[in-house]
Formats: sequence, C-alpha cells, structure tokens
Amino acid sequence: MNQIGGTGEKTTPEIERQSIEADIVCVGFGPAMGGFLTTLNRAWIDNPADPVFESEIAPGLPLQVLCYERADDIAAGVSGVVTAAQGIRASFPGLNPADISMATPVTSERMLYLLDPIGASRRPLSLRIADRILRGLSGHFGVRDSAYELPWTPRFLHKTGGLVLSIGQFNQWVGAQIMASGLAQIWPAMPVSQPLFAENADRTGDRVVGIRLTDQGVNKHGAPEAGFVAGMDVRASLTVVGDGPFGPVGRAIDQRVGMPTGRDKREWALGMKFVIELPAETTLTPGTVWHTFGYPEPEIFGFLYVHPERLASVGIFVPSWLSDPNRTGYRYLQHFIQHPALWRHLKAGTLRSWGAKSLDESGLHGEPFLVGDGYARIGEGSGSTNMLAGSGVDEAWTTGVQLAESVIELLRNKSSYTQENLAATYEARRRASWIDRNARNAMNARNGFHFGFVPGLIGMAVAGMTGGTISLGAKIPPAHQQIKRRGKKSFKEMTRREAAMLAVEDGRPLHDALMSARGWPEIEFDGKLLVSQQDALLIGGKVQAMAGFADHVVFREAGLCIHCDDKTCIAMCSGQALTLGAQGVPEFEREKCVHCGGCLWNCEHTTAEGLTNIEFRAGAGGFHSVEN
Amino acid sequence: MPLHIVVCAGIVPDPLQTLEPITGPNGPALKNEMMLPAVLDPWAASALYEGANLAGKNQGSRLWLVSLGPKAKLQQVLMTIAQKVSFELFAVDSPSGGFADAHATAAALSEAIAAIPGLDNSRLLLFGGWESASRGAGVTLQIIGERLGITDQFMGVDQIDFREDGSFEVLERVEGGRHQVSVCSGAPAVLGWATGNLPEPRNNPQIGMANMRTVMPALQKAKLAALSNGSLQYLSASLPAQQRQTRVVKDMPPEAIAQELAEWIGGE
Repeated sequence: MNQIGGTGEKTTPEIERQSIEADIVCVGFGPAMGGFLTTLNRAWIDNPADPVFESEIAPGLPLQVLCYERADDIAAGVSGVVTAAQGIRASFPGLNPADISMATPVTSERMLYLLDPIGASRRPLSLRIADRILRGLSGHFGVRDSAYELPWTPRFLHKTGGLVLSIGQFNQWVGAQIMASGLAQIWPAMPVSQPLFAENADRTGDRVVGIRLTDQGVNKHGAPEAGFVAGMDVRASLTVVGDGPFGPVGRAIDQRVGMPTGRDKREWALGMKFVIELPAETTLTPGTVWHTFGYPEPEIFGFLYVHPERLASVGIFVPSWLSDPNRTGYRYLQHFIQHPALWRHLKAGTLRSWGAKSLDESGLHGEPFLVGDGYARIGEGSGSTNMLAGSGVDEAWTTGVQLAESVIELLRNKSSYTQENLAATYEARRRASWIDRNARNAMNARNGFHFGFVPGLIGMAVAGMTGGTISLGAKIPPAHQQIKRRGKKSFKEMTRREAAMLAVEDGRPLHDALMSARGWPEIEFDGKLLVSQQDALLIGGKVQAMAGFADHVVFREAGLCIHCDDKTCIAMCSGQALTLGAQGVPEFEREKCVHCGGCLWNCEHTTAEGLTNIEFRAGAGGFHSVEN
Repeated sequence: MPLHIVVCAGIVPDPLQTLEPITGPNGPALKNEMMLPAVLDPWAASALYEGANLAGKNQGSRLWLVSLGPKAKLQQVLMTIAQKVSFELFAVDSPSGGFADAHATAAALSEAIAAIPGLDNSRLLLFGGWESASRGAGVTLQIIGERLGITDQFMGVDQIDFREDGSFEVLERVEGGRHQVSVCSGAPAVLGWATGNLPEPRNNPQIGMANMRTVMPALQKAKLAALSNGSLQYLSASLPAQQRQTRVVKDMPPEAIAQELAEWIGGE
C-alpha cells in the first residue's frame, strides 16, 4: 500500500515527499466525520465479505479509509451543545445517553431576556425603555433577578427529545466504536495542510486527488530544522472534507474553485464557554437548558446546559454583527455568568474547564460547492449549521451520514467519485432532506440584526414562525466590514490606541483594558470560578502546542498591521495568543492558541489580492479539554 | 548484536486534565477515569523511544510494546504512539486504574511477556519507566524482572552504550545530579528509564500505518486480566497540592526572576 516518491510539489519542489495511497482520505474528525465513518463502518460490518467494500488500491483487503485530525486527541478542543439529535438518534436507534459521559436527555427549556444589572452594555433607546418597564415589574410576570422569562420558548428553538452533550465525549464514544472495527484509522495530532489537486486535470483542473499533511521539524516560520519530516501526501480517489468552518483544506478548495454565485461566509460568531461544577446544593437538574439574550450586550446570546454529575456548560456567542471593534470573549463571559439570574446558581461553583470556537453562522449563504471531482464537503464547513434553530451538530452528523450512504451507492454501482456522480447522490440526498429544507427556512432569519438588535429579534421571530416564508432582506457585508468604528465618546475619553498602550504598559489583556475603558467593572477574581484568562488556559485541559510545527497564524503584510488602529484580532483572541508587538505588528504565541479561529474573521484589513491580512494555516495542538 | 527489547508501558490519565480521587466500590479511583483522555506513561514513553533507537542501531533487533489497560483506552493512545516508532504490540486488557497491586500487575505482565512468541531471553532487555505517572508503587518493573529471572536491574537510566562483546555501560541517576556508571556483561537485563536523552519523535503517518498491521490484531486478541489487590489496602488517596499564582511582569531581568523563584520555593 505504501510507496515513496516525489509528488510534483508545486510550492516547494525541492522537497522530496513520501506518498501513500488510500481509498478514502478524510480531513478532520468531528460530528460530521463521525456520521460518515459510523455509517460506512456499519455497512461494512454488516457484510464484510461484500465485494463492494474491497479496496481498489489493495485488492483483497477492505476499503482503506484514513482520517486525519489536528487535535492531539479526538476528544480534545471541541464544545458542549444541546442538540435535537434527530440524525444522531436515527443512527443509534437504541441510544442510551448514559453510555456517553456528560450526555443526558433534555428535560426543560427556558428562554430568558437578561436586563443589564450594571449599566455598561450598549443598549438602544428602545431596549432601555423596555428594561425600565420590566424592572418596574420585578417579582411579577416572570421578571426576577434582572431577567424576564419568556412565557414560552419559540418552537424553532425547541430541542424537545434532544440531548445535552459534551462533543468531546461524544466524539470519543463514536471514535472508539469506529476504530474498534478496524475499517477506518483515525489519526490524531496530524494536521492536514492542503488539498492536492490533479496536475493537468482533464477538465477544470480542480480535481482533488488527496491531501498533504503538515511539515514537522520546522521553525516558527516553516523553515526545516533538525528532525525535519516533510508532510506526507495521501492520495485517494475520494477526499472527504470535514475540517470545520476555517479548516485549511476547505478554504483552499474555496479559494481554488470559488464559491457559488451569491454565496460567501460572512457571518461568524465566537462561542466561548465555561464548564462549571455546580455546588452540591444546586437545584439545576441534568437536562436543563437555558437560552438567553440581552446581556452582556444585546447582540450576545448565551446559554446554560446542565450535564449529569452537577456539571454545567455556560457560555456566550459573540457575533460578527456585533458591529464593534471592541469585541471580546473572555471578559464578557465573566460578566455573563455574574448576571444575577445565573449567578445565584453558579456563584458557589468551581471552574472545571474553558473553551472557545468560531462558528460559521452564514448557513446556506455560506454553503460552498458541496462536491467536486474527487471530493465532498460535510459538516459545518459545508454550511450545514442552522442559525435559526441554533443547531449544528445534528445537521453536521447527518451530512456525514448522507455522504456515506452516497459513497456506498457509488461503490455498489461501480461509479467513480466525479462531481456529477457525487452531486447525483450526496448533494441530491442533502437537497431532499430536512437539512436543506430547514436551512432554506433559516437562511434569512438573522438578516435583521444588520439593522439593529430589535429589528433582528423581530426578523428572527417572524422567519421562525412563518417557516422562513417571511424574512427581512439585507445586504450583508463581509465579516471584516461589519466591524464599524465607534466614536471616541463611547470609550469615555479613551481611544482604542490609548487602551492598547495601557495594555502594553501594564501587561493586561487588550480586551480587558477596552472593557474597563467602557465602564465595565473590574472582575474580582476568586481563584475558583472567576480567574484570569491566563489561569483559565491552565484549567481543565491546558493548551498544547507540539514542538516542531510552524506558526499557523501569519500576518500577510506587516504594513497593514502597523497602520491598524483597532487591532481587533488582539482584542478578540480567545487565548491571548496575540499580543501587541513592539513594531505594531501583533505577535503570535502558538503555545497559547486554542485554535478558535477568531482572528481570521476579525481582521479589518485585506491585501491587494482581497485576502484577509491574517492567514490561518494548518497547525497542531490546541486546547485539551475533554469536558468541552 | 540483535536485541529483543520488551518495553512495558502503561497508560495514565492525561495529567493536564482535572484529576479527582474518589473512593469507589473497589477502593480508591479517579473520578470519571474512563472519560479522561489517556497518554502513555511519560517515563515509559522515554523507555519506548530509547528502545526504538537501540533497536534501530542493532540490525535484526525486535521491539515489543507490552501494555496493560482498558482495551478501548489503549487503542486511543496507540493512535498517537504508533505514529512515533515501530513496534509490535502485546496488549493485556484490564480495568482502568492505577491503584492495582504492583504484584498482581507484574504477574500479569510477566506472564504476557513469557508468552511472546519468538522471544529469546538471552537477548532480552526489559525496558520500562523507573517511576510512573500513575498511582503505582514504582516497583512493578523490578518485580516483572524478578519473575522472569532477570537479576541485572538498573533504575533511573539515562543512557546505555553497547560494546562489541555484547556488554553495555549504563548511566543511572543518583543523588546530586550525578550518574552512577555500571557495566553489565549483557542481556538479559532490566532497565528502568528516567528521561533518557532523546526527544519525542515526530509523528510519522507511515510508521503509524505499518504499526497498525500488528496493533489492531493485538488489541482484538488481548486477553482480559483480572487483577487481584489481595490484602492491599489504601488508607487514603490524594493529589499533590497545586498552587498557581499569576502575575504579569514586564522587563524583569532573568536574575531577578530566578531570585524571586528561589525565595518562593524556599518559603514553601
């Protein structure tokens, strides 16, 4: 199966690379790939003698399926979710949540509008009036602890019959079952740097023929050092791309073949959360789900999910349409959990772990070409997330299942993985399914937020209640153009530049300085639940960065950074891996990067070629927390 | 000289995770241990890399990795370890937990080693970690050696150098940051490794795929070993106390940092 030889490397032709062949090579192991490999694996286990599953590259053996995952463990560095689990339960009809650590059925759902108990959040006049009225009703009509509980949860948000999960634990549970069968090998700690395109392709030149693994034994700039190992090429007749919303393989394909007309990934959010061990006397029961909005900023949605064994995932989503360069995650999260409605349950708790991740919230607007010659896209990077329902895991899983069913069909028909064949099977399945139907209903549901918070809520409610028939139209600017400049006034006589200087001088995080400058009270650390961001990086998992890999965050043009006043990338950096450099160019510390991808869509500047000035490459490591 | 190197390497919960001792129905345990990701015991990992290096230098040598642990966890760890060096796996399935009696563990492992087909005792070097990041008593390797009848045993090994006549020089760590130098007439011998001198090898997917040819069958064939704790009783279990004091300091000279650290350590 293995062979060694040159591969016609285009960018660094002097490097001799090893090359191996597989039948199917997969990029990234998340819920989508879990769905794909589980379905393929099951079909093979049901009938291992079926010649359909015989390898083309190793006759006599079963299909050779290889999957490469960046994180050091398939359970590391992902997120806790609530999911309707429609697709997941279809794959596991007898699913017992107790078999999966931290999983439990959804038992109750609440939706809370959080008032601002501090007075620091940026609220429009309409909200301020509404808040005043609600404060006057405190103790009545569902108003309590500076929060108003909606009398019902909108149907489109319901997760009835669903599950509260730790995706890390779910991935581990799924991965163990797949690997135990021996059909697929899932290799962690092995980032994939790029897709391989066919040379002299007969038609468009866009045929994907496999992937290239990342070079190892290099310095931070990628130059070979002692122990250099050139990233190996893995060639396969089908490349399954499931590397998430900002994976290097998916983005390289998008760059090469472009996006379908009218499609672009323009809406993002940074999800950040704590896993908290609730106090022994907690009244929150497993399966409790809270959705919140209104605080710490009106645009920031929040959540609280209760797992078994007194663990809770509590977090926020900071969206790209926050329209403010002063966007942060960690400090906002600390204020969020201290909101009286949450704090009464959390204050005696203990921080177990912390995590952050960028979410592609473009939905169908950001759907790339799902298939091409030799490849198919699944999961979040394929635009499957439904932002009306706030649901992505189940959708991602199901896209993987649909692709596996299509691959089996093509194998059975002895058809090759051409764009036409994959479109006729996988894409057709997806278009005919609830994934696409719901995605179409949801695609314009959030447009209103580009006009303001209140229009956004109205637009979302109308779209949700009419099944997407009625929704607001909006021209959504690229993510970096959604960062609007605010006047000096809103910073209480402190410009961002001054805040940045303060951050440099006293070593505090830039986002921290900015928040203080805007009137948010300082966080009083208790060493238990409220800890510094640097301490959070060391709790419940810690950031890992295996030696010998290049920096994966690269600034394309230093001049653009030097003249950038806002440095939003630094303020937004989840792990404080980006700091102000002496020359005005941010400095990147790989050892602190949690691979959230926030910097990628928070850079305000583009190069002459139209590329964001921050390049987010394939990189190893990230955050190690299995409770996320 | 071709060597038969057997590396005993257990898996332990990733020390980066939150570890919490509890008392379970069978005695002390770690909370949700099966939920935690596992890693190869760091000391034993050094032994594995040294063993692979030695096997590579001595043509015709063979390297076995013998590991006892829950099969599902072993499989997960091996997906990382198998990318680093070539070995043949010999797995023993057992419940999770590092609180097992060292004698029972050693008995299971020595039986497994004795059953390795083709193993030549006259060429045998038994490698392992001289300490363990698990909750073991740190004596398992020595007992395995005793059970296999190997009396030349070295602990805290950082280096061995083979000579043409098959004898080898061993550097063992002793107090004061020094090494004790010994010469052993040759295999069989037990070597409990400290950190050695080799860096962790890079992940090599081709090595991983080659290893998988033996790893998967070995895992499927792994026999279940029921470890008896006999009369062993744990009076209490606790984790080393952790302290974290964060302070951001700019432009502090290294000497001043060192001085402050020394004072802090001295004050504890």
